[in-house]
Amino acid sequence: MGTLYEDMVACGGEIFGDEHIETLRECVQCGKCTASCPSGRNTALRTRKLFQMALTDMREEIFNSPELWFCSTCYTCYERCPKGVKTTDLIRTMRNLAAKEGHMSVPHRMIGVYVMKTGHAVPLGPAQKELRKAVGLDEMAPTAQKYKDQLEQVQTIFRTTGYDAMIDFDWDTMNLKGMDKGGKK
Amino acid sequence: MSEEEGTKEYAYFLGCITPNRYPGIEAATKRILKEFGIETKEMMGASCCPAPGVFGSFDMHTWLPVAARNLAIAEEMDLEIVVTCNGCYGSLQEADHLLRENPKLKEKTNEILGKFGREFKGTTKVNHSIVVLHDFIGLDRLKERITKPMNGVNVAVHYGCHFLKPREVRGHGSSETPYILEDLVKVTGAKEVDYKDKLMCCGAGGGNRTADSVQSLEWTRQKLVSAIEEGCDCMVHPCAFCHLQLDRGQEEMNKAFGTDFNFPILFATQFLGLAMGLSQTECGLDIQTTTMPEKLLK
Repeated sequence: MGTLYEDMVACGGEIFGDEHIETLRECVQCGKCTASCPSGRNTALRTRKLFQMALTDMREEIFNSPELWFCSTCYTCYERCPKGVKTTDLIRTMRNLAAKEGHMSVPHRMIGVYVMKTGHAVPLGPAQKELRKAVGLDEMAPTAQKYKDQLEQVQTIFRTTGYDAMIDFDWDTMNLKGMDKGGKK
Repeated sequence: MSEEEGTKEYAYFLGCITPNRYPGIEAATKRILKEFGIETKEMMGASCCPAPGVFGSFDMHTWLPVAARNLAIAEEMDLEIVVTCNGCYGSLQEADHLLRENPKLKEKTNEILGKFGREFKGTTKVNHSIVVLHDFIGLDRLKERITKPMNGVNVAVHYGCHFLKPREVRGHGSSETPYILEDLVKVTGAKEVDYKDKLMCCGAGGGNRTADSVQSLEWTRQKLVSAIEEGCDCMVHPCAFCHLQLDRGQEEMNKAFGTDFNFPILFATQFLGLAMGLSQTECGLDIQTTTMPEKLLK
């Protein structure tokens, strides 16, 4: 483990390119991000402060604060930053590291459960089959939820990248481990 | 790609919310595109896009190959993609962009897809349905088909964030002064009304709805109040995920905040559908939370 900044460059850099993540160092703390933030209007998320904390390596403080998850990735600050800091992608990268280090809520982990079980974060249920028929559509769209072999391809991806282990997914129960005992965390 | 004699086919990437919660959006979109000679083909085996702010926030190294697999399905069909959700648009277009830009990333992603015989090549294009309407079909052809003009209807447009931003990937010009939805609303004869929180997020994205639903609904409440205060009759938007937050969210808000919201929410093709003479049943507007006033149905 390096500093938070180094780990962000390593994690996000592979996807976006190192220079994209290195824009964090361009932040001059002007606060335009915070002033533009629809979340900042309503929550304790202060994007400017978050970047200062990242640059001063306050890893645990960031990862333990619920505000990290109150960004809706609206990209308003991303577009308005006068220094070209890739704000939203920096926040997503910090969240990736937080998740990897075990800071992920049960409801967030459950979204992965739905996708591994059905191929969809929002799966089709019996009531929705009726809605589909009401507008003249087949009761089930031909997506991964309908075809087992297609769903298995999606599951293969989650196994290969280790997403299943990251959220403590149990392939026997197709749920989070220990959910029968109330779950952990 | 497959354009011949005025017809075109698209691979319709459904995602999750459109087919599984708001099939009216799927039905209205298919019908309208067909009116203009555009066929939508099913993408067999497609999955969650997966949500850019959600899976992108949890693990980008999983988000990318899942998105790449969906792109590969359209590539195998030799078709461009059309979507009805900004989440799907954001995810698929961003993944396509990143994989085309970075050969190493593409190689690594294809190692995973190769496990089940698929490959991302970079040969499709991700289109949003409202861009197909605005740019491919065009306002003149749309106008000819308006049989029930929306004269006297005041519309608040809501873009949803991932349609416009980031600009460097989306390419729809300014995210502060957009025009596409405005044009589509005005072509029906309706009036597009500016309101304070027009460009504000619906509140749902990035896992915010899941992190704290009541808190996320407060954003939605502020946005709707700001539109209602300007005398708007309804909200028109291009995103299935926003639709969930704006429409079903009103029932949730009424429960959480003791309010009595019933402000009509319509996906762009549902609104155009009504103006082109489709019934509210054909557009699935009678199987959602918010109800349509006479003014929109006349």
